[in-house]
Amino acid sequence: MLGNRVSRRDFLRFGAGLAVMGLAACQEGGQQPAASPTPVVTGPPLKVGIIEPNSGVFADLGRDQINGFNLYLEKVNFVAGGRRIQLVVEDETADPATALTKARKLIEADRVDMLAGVISSASALAMRDLVHQSRVFTVISNASANDITRARKSPYIFRVSNTNYQMAFPLGKWLIDNGHNRIVLMFADYAAGREVADALRQGFGSGEIVDTIPFPLGNTDFSSVIDRIRASRVNMVAGFAAGTDAVIFLRQFAQAGLAGRIQLALHDSVDRAELAAVGRDALGVYTSDFWAPTLDNPANRQFVDEYRRRYNEEPSRYAVAAYDAARLLVETINAVNGDTSDPDRLVRAAETIRFDSPRGLFEFDPTTHHVVQNIYLRQVREQGGRVTNVVVSDLGRIRDPG
Amino acid sequence: MEYLSALLNGLSYGMLLFLLGAGLSLVFGVGRFVNLAHGGLYIIGGYVGFTVFDRLDNFWPGMIIGPLVGAGLGLAADLLVLRRLHGHGREPDQVLITFGLALIIADATRAGWGGDIRSVRAPAPFDRPLEVGEFIYPTYPLFIIGVGLLVLALLWLLLQRTRLGAMIRAAAGDPQMAQVLGIPTGPVLRLTFALGVALAALGGVVGLPRLALAPGRDFEMLLLALVVVVIGGLGRIEGAFWASLLVGLTDSYGKLFFPEFTVAMIFGLLALVLIWRPEGLLGRRAA
Repeated sequence: MLGNRVSRRDFLRFGAGLAVMGLAACQEGGQQPAASPTPVVTGPPLKVGIIEPNSGVFADLGRDQINGFNLYLEKVNFVAGGRRIQLVVEDETADPATALTKARKLIEADRVDMLAGVISSASALAMRDLVHQSRVFTVISNASANDITRARKSPYIFRVSNTNYQMAFPLGKWLIDNGHNRIVLMFADYAAGREVADALRQGFGSGEIVDTIPFPLGNTDFSSVIDRIRASRVNMVAGFAAGTDAVIFLRQFAQAGLAGRIQLALHDSVDRAELAAVGRDALGVYTSDFWAPTLDNPANRQFVDEYRRRYNEEPSRYAVAAYDAARLLVETINAVNGDTSDPDRLVRAAETIRFDSPRGLFEFDPTTHHVVQNIYLRQVREQGGRVTNVVVSDLGRIRDPG
Repeated sequence: MEYLSALLNGLSYGMLLFLLGAGLSLVFGVGRFVNLAHGGLYIIGGYVGFTVFDRLDNFWPGMIIGPLVGAGLGLAADLLVLRRLHGHGREPDQVLITFGLALIIADATRAGWGGDIRSVRAPAPFDRPLEVGEFIYPTYPLFIIGVGLLVLALLWLLLQRTRLGAMIRAAAGDPQMAQVLGIPTGPVLRLTFALGVALAALGGVVGLPRLALAPGRDFEMLLLALVVVVIGGLGRIEGAFWASLLVGLTDSYGKLFFPEFTVAMIFGLLALVLIWRPEGLLGRRAA
């Protein structure tokens, strides 16, 4: 409770900061965005509720997403469809019950026109019935549980990030197609880890999985995992370990003398934060993801450049997803000329939106309202003195089967 | 092979828990003081160790600087706030205040070092594995075991063989009588507190190449330290030692045989001990 109060006060201050930033951006109006030439405000303000963690284990991902939202909204001066966009930011925390309470507050008390955000899949699933029944247009910018697109999908929920299947299936297929036909499968033993493991197995098809090693989420000691990997005498380990799990695993893998001797393919889980923590001990690790900082296309070069200048750091995959989420919101509002009164009209407008995202062509599957996108195989390499993810192969356009 | 690695893993993890648990137990045993900010001192030690490594590109100075910073903060906290809370019947106040301090440390470290994951490579010569025929094992965990044993030996020498140790034991046994006999119990307690939190900070530095630092690690470590202290018996250094090894080995063999139930097994162990010996393995029965 104490923790809540402190972080909430912080958050109010943070929200006020955002509002000031929004105003400042409106007053400057200098840099011209490609999307809308001269924003003219004609209608009443439009409220977008943002649910992102500002406390708890996901706080950093939440910060990256807020940065991504702001970077795009600043480009359009916080105006879309002739209305000024007001963000109402609430702390998702790491607790789904709290996230649900915040969503209810945004919908019922703040009367937001739209919702966006959500890092944790548990939070997204907890909020699903509320947004579905309230018919609030919602953009999920991270949570990756398959079910949000499958059994628990809602026409009002659009997801711009990925499903666990969407990135793990092509990774499994790439392994078998490239001669890695004997592997060890390791994963953090919780919902996302199990979904990744299942999809990897499906993609891997007829290949031989010598050993399957689940480990507890938030593990601190990987020695027994590493012993089993060594004992299985494979050249490739595939699976899922994210955040501190990835960092601790890669450190201990290197300390055990296996880095460079046995190859690793770890779903999406070696991103900016993990690389910053592990550095050279991660060299050579393969991952699959919808984006890479080194992805070579004009939209991405511009995005990376703008992000670095605005925040003085490297963008992450979370920032990219939120940047695209903001673009989806703005283009949807533009498409209905600012009239957000009919949620079904918003849904129809959003279904047809496609654009060149930093990750490549962005479009929706009209039946699931989940993004269809290219997935890339990346490898951690040293490039220009920086340890980063380099795209080594395009795994093609991937659609979640729904 | 797997059993031998699991044994070494359990011992090294146990020694890390011992550094944490010994400090907590010492502070409780001598000052009857419940310090819930102990996990916070662990991550402060870790972050200081990280910064030292980051600046100097050398891990070793952190092993000195981390505990010194921890001890300094412990002394400051004791002088400013905590000394008002000593004494019997003040436990609820201690719990509230030190939990508050733990929250402050959590937010302050987040403000200072950010929420990113922090980790360092194992320092040479412990950065490469030991290879004996078929058996290959990383050397850094062996170093952790060495540090744990050294700390145990030094603590024993300090408490049993020095004048200061005698004063600490006297203050722990009967503070009023000790005071009457001219032992400056206030400073002795303060010193013990600083030593206890310095051990937590040392744990943070030593654990850095093995465990990553991230928000939330402080409360995880506090919980484990409390488990160790409760299993071992409140205020008993030897108890904390054996309990740490027990928890470490339960963790490593648990991961080998029942990976899904490891966490549950540690708390199952705690529950069993509390049922059979509510005072802990080496604890004295309450009078």
